[in-house]
Order: sequence, then structure tokens, then C-alpha cells
Amino acid sequence: MGAGHAHRLYRHGHSPVHALPPHTKLAATFAFVVVVVSTPREAMWAFGLYAVLLAVVAGAARVPAGFLLRRLLIEVPFVAFAVLMPFVAEGEQVDVLGMSLSVSGLWGAWNVLAKGTLGVAASVLLASTTELRELLLGLQRLRLPSLLVQIASFMIRYGDVITDEMRRMRIARESRGFEARGVRHWGVLAKSAGALFIRSYERGERVHLAMVSRGYAGSMPVIDEVTASRAQWSYALALPCTALVVCLLGWTL
Amino acid sequence: MHVPDGFIDAPTSAVTGVVAAGAIAVSLRGARRELDERTAPLAGLVAAFIFAVQMLNFPVAAGTSGHLLGGALAAILVGPYTGVLCVSVVLLMQGILFADGGLTALGVNITDMAIVTTVVAYALFRGLVKVLPRTRRSVTVASFVAALVSVPAAALAFTLLYWIGGTTDVSIGKVATAMVGVHLLIGIGEAAITALTVGAVIAVRPDLVYGARGLTQRLKLRVNGELVDAPQAEPAAAPAARSHRKVWITGLVTSLVLAGFVSFYASADPDGLEKVAADKGIDKKTEEHAAADSPLADYGVEDITDARLSGGLAGVIGVGVTVVAGSAVFWAVRRRHSDDTSPTNTNTTV
Repeated sequence: MGAGHAHRLYRHGHSPVHALPPHTKLAATFAFVVVVVSTPREAMWAFGLYAVLLAVVAGAARVPAGFLLRRLLIEVPFVAFAVLMPFVAEGEQVDVLGMSLSVSGLWGAWNVLAKGTLGVAASVLLASTTELRELLLGLQRLRLPSLLVQIASFMIRYGDVITDEMRRMRIARESRGFEARGVRHWGVLAKSAGALFIRSYERGERVHLAMVSRGYAGSMPVIDEVTASRAQWSYALALPCTALVVCLLGWTL
Repeated sequence: MHVPDGFIDAPTSAVTGVVAAGAIAVSLRGARRELDERTAPLAGLVAAFIFAVQMLNFPVAAGTSGHLLGGALAAILVGPYTGVLCVSVVLLMQGILFADGGLTALGVNITDMAIVTTVVAYALFRGLVKVLPRTRRSVTVASFVAALVSVPAAALAFTLLYWIGGTTDVSIGKVATAMVGVHLLIGIGEAAITALTVGAVIAVRPDLVYGARGLTQRLKLRVNGELVDAPQAEPAAAPAARSHRKVWITGLVTSLVLAGFVSFYASADPDGLEKVAADKGIDKKTEEHAAADSPLADYGVEDITDARLSGGLAGVIGVGVTVVAGSAVFWAVRRRHSDDTSPTNTNTTV
């Protein structure tokens, strides 16, 4: 649970994208997603261009395509939802392969699929080129309340510890022949959750005492002040600015 | 229920983002009161707990399983403000790190899953605990009901947001029945696990359960008599009441301004509905002519911006209603909350 704990989505590297200050990357990703979401869904070519832009960034960050595509799988539940849309939406119907599909439903499905996928891809790129600690620092630099950043950093730092505790309890249950098969076993799972809560809470109290005894007075000391030069900002914001041009073209053409 | 990018249109996402930011600001203040200066590590570890508990799959029927949302559980175990904060942090980290839920939909997700579940669950819980006899069993029963209602409430809130800013015109009745129906089932599982978990914690460390604090306090009052308690309660209550008033007045002014908006645009509401109904026809037109000539395509785009604008207006109206209702609930909770915590705070220090 040290500070240099890399999350499993991070991919170590020394590319120019990795070297950018975290808050510029966060701002760029957020601006890019906002631009993508506000693009009209009829401009199909624009989404293709966005995908190309992201591919360029992935190339610059030396993130392999397979890695990126595997991470995109998190979106699968929504793909299922999007596939349902043409069947349940109303309005004009078209016949495709003998099935009657709604036109607006098809547009809606396309809308969610395209924008959702681009958004997920942008977040995955951000997470795979930025270390956890850097991300939290970047959030702090972007003026997120410091208490919120501290809570998030504690959650991330001890997340693995708590999850491991949960895993150990599961192993202990299974090694005693327990298998959750139905409603009758909910009580056992709930007792595990209760025990986990008590352990987390007590650990929180201990951590607080340890912090107080080391001079904690309500705010974390900032050791590494990250600043971004104008060149770095313009480098990071090149992505959303290009996307904005595409978006404006999409609205006018 | 994590909403991805592009599911809800941009104006609604922006407005919900503002609502979420406001609620988090209020919770940050409230959480300091709930947890003293231990806020950062305790809330962080509780957030980690919720994160872990969301991975706890429970079998529902043959073959299928669900997982906890945790809003009700957090509100009952650590208090509503900390609960909102913890679930919001979990959602924020899921959005940034795991790409689970879109970045622009963060406001929608936090409003839906953190604020609505927690506030509904806690308001119901407090109300039930007041009504029911003061025993441990009634705390368990109250948490069961609170969790049971909180999940379909979140589904309803999602439906409302979808109605205001959805990007596809699926009939809203269908969405509502599907969402509430499915989430009623999930809610039963959530309720059972939440109630059993709260029961398990109460059995071992009743002092850790925020929702059961009033319980122990009342019992002590009866045994010791009021003479000891009355003077202690007052100094703690006085500053709290003042800060309440300030927050309450700000909330009132904000809601009044928003209510003014609502009354101003009230006539626009049926118009917006008609627009949604007419949207299909407009879509049809653009479909036929989009390939033929550009001016008509331009006209179509213009129409869509208009529809978006009306969506934004509807968003303002919806948010106004939410803020008024929400601040009313907050106020009610705050009042009860201040009655309950001031004696316990002194109780823990003694």
C-alpha cells in the first residue's frame, strides 16, 4: 500500500503523453469528451475522425491497439442496451433483414454506441498513461476540494487492502464448503459485509490516529508541486481543439 | 446503472453536474460535522468498503446474480452526508480510472446513484425509526424498507433525467416500467443484504452504526433522568443551529429563484412535451431530404438545436423541482439530525 502503487490499468512508459503534467491531460480528456458528446449524431464522419484522433494519441503514447480494445470491453452491458433500442423505440419503421426497426431507435443506438465508445476510449487512454498518484495530484491542481481529493486518495490506497480482506473472507468461506446458491445464503454474505465494514472503519480510526501522531492538522502537505508550461498546455489541448474543429464542421456541413 | 457518455444530452448533463457539485459541497460541510476532523481517512476507508462491497455478488434466482449499490447501506452506517460523499468518490474514481460511466455523465451518475439513493433511504429510515418502537429490530426493519425503496427511487430519477434529456425517443412509460420493474427486483436483494449487514454490525459494534445512535441515546435518557442531559445538549446545539439557518436560507433563496424560473416557464412545459412528440415527424423529414439538398438539412439541424434548447429548458424546470423537493428533505433530515447528534457528540467526549 505504498505511494508508488500502480493500478492495473496503468501502463508504464516514457512517451511524450506519459510525460505531460496530469492536470493538462485531465482537462484535455474532459474537454474532448464534452466536444464528442455535443457533436450531432447525423455527422457520422466526425466520429470516424475522432476515432482517428484517439488512435494518433494512442500511437504517440505507444499504447498497443490490443490493450486499448481489451479495456473497451467494460462497455459491453451498454452495447446490449443499445442493440435493444431499435426494437423498443417508436416512430417511423424500416425493414432490415425482415425485422421492423425504428429509425429514431437506430439513430439513438448509434449515438450511444459512438459517443460511449469514444468516451470510454478517452478515459482508458488517460488511465493507462497517468499514474494514480499523478491523477490525484492533477485533480487537486484542477481545484477539486482538497478534502475530496484526500478521501479519494485514501480510498485508492486502501482499496486494495479492503478488497483483499474481502477476498480472504471469500476463500475462508469457500474452504469451509460454502457456496452461495440462493436466497438462504444471503445472511452469510451480509455477515461478511458487516465484518468488512467494522474492519474498514476501525482501520480508518487507526490511520487517523497515526496521522495525528505524525502532525496531521487537516490538510496533506504538498511535496511535489506540479506546474505546466505553456508549451505543455498547448500540446495537451491540441486534441480537444482539433476535435472542436471537427465538431464545428459537423454542425455546419 | 452507470450511464455512459452520449446517453443524456449535453444541457441536462451540465445541469445535473451543477446539482451534483452543490450536493457534494453541502455534504463536505455535513461530513465534517458527522466525522469531526477524522473525515478524510474514515470517509476514504468507508468509500473503499463500498467499492469492495459492490463486488460482492449475491445470487438472486437460478443463474442470475446482482450486486449492491450501497447508497442506503452507507447512509445508515456512516450518516447521509458521508454516505453521499463516499458513493460520489467511488463513482468519480470508477469514471476516471475504470472508464465505468462517462466523464460527461458524471453529474447524472452522482445525482442518480449517490444523491437520490442516499437521501431517499436516509429520509425514509429516519422517519421509520421515529415511528417504530426503539429496538434494534426496528432499526433492521427500517433499513430494509429504506434500501428497498431507494433502488427503484434511483431508477425513477434516472427515468426522469432520461425523459428530460434522453437522446432517443423511447416512450417514457416503457422506460419507467422497465427500469422500475427490474430495479424493484434488485431492490429486494439490496434490502435484504443491507438489513442483514446493518443487523450484523449492530450485533457487534452498535456504536458504529450512525442510524442507531439515537437509539442508544434514548435508552440512556430514560435510565439517568433528564437532569444530566439537558444542560449538555444546549451549548452543542447553539452553533449548529446557526450554521443550519445560514445553509437553509441560502437553499431557500436558491430554490425560490428556481421556483420563479419554473413559474415563468411553466407554460413552456406542455410545449416541450409536444416537441418531443413532434420530434419523430421532424426526424422523418430530415431523413427523406438529407441526401437531396443541403438547405433542408440545415433546417433539420436548426430544428434539432431548437429541440435541444427546449430540452435544456425542461432540464431547468426539472432541476428546480428537484432542488425544492431535495432541500425540503434535507431540511427535515437536518432538523432531526441536529436533535439526535448533539447529545451523542457530548456523549462520546464524556
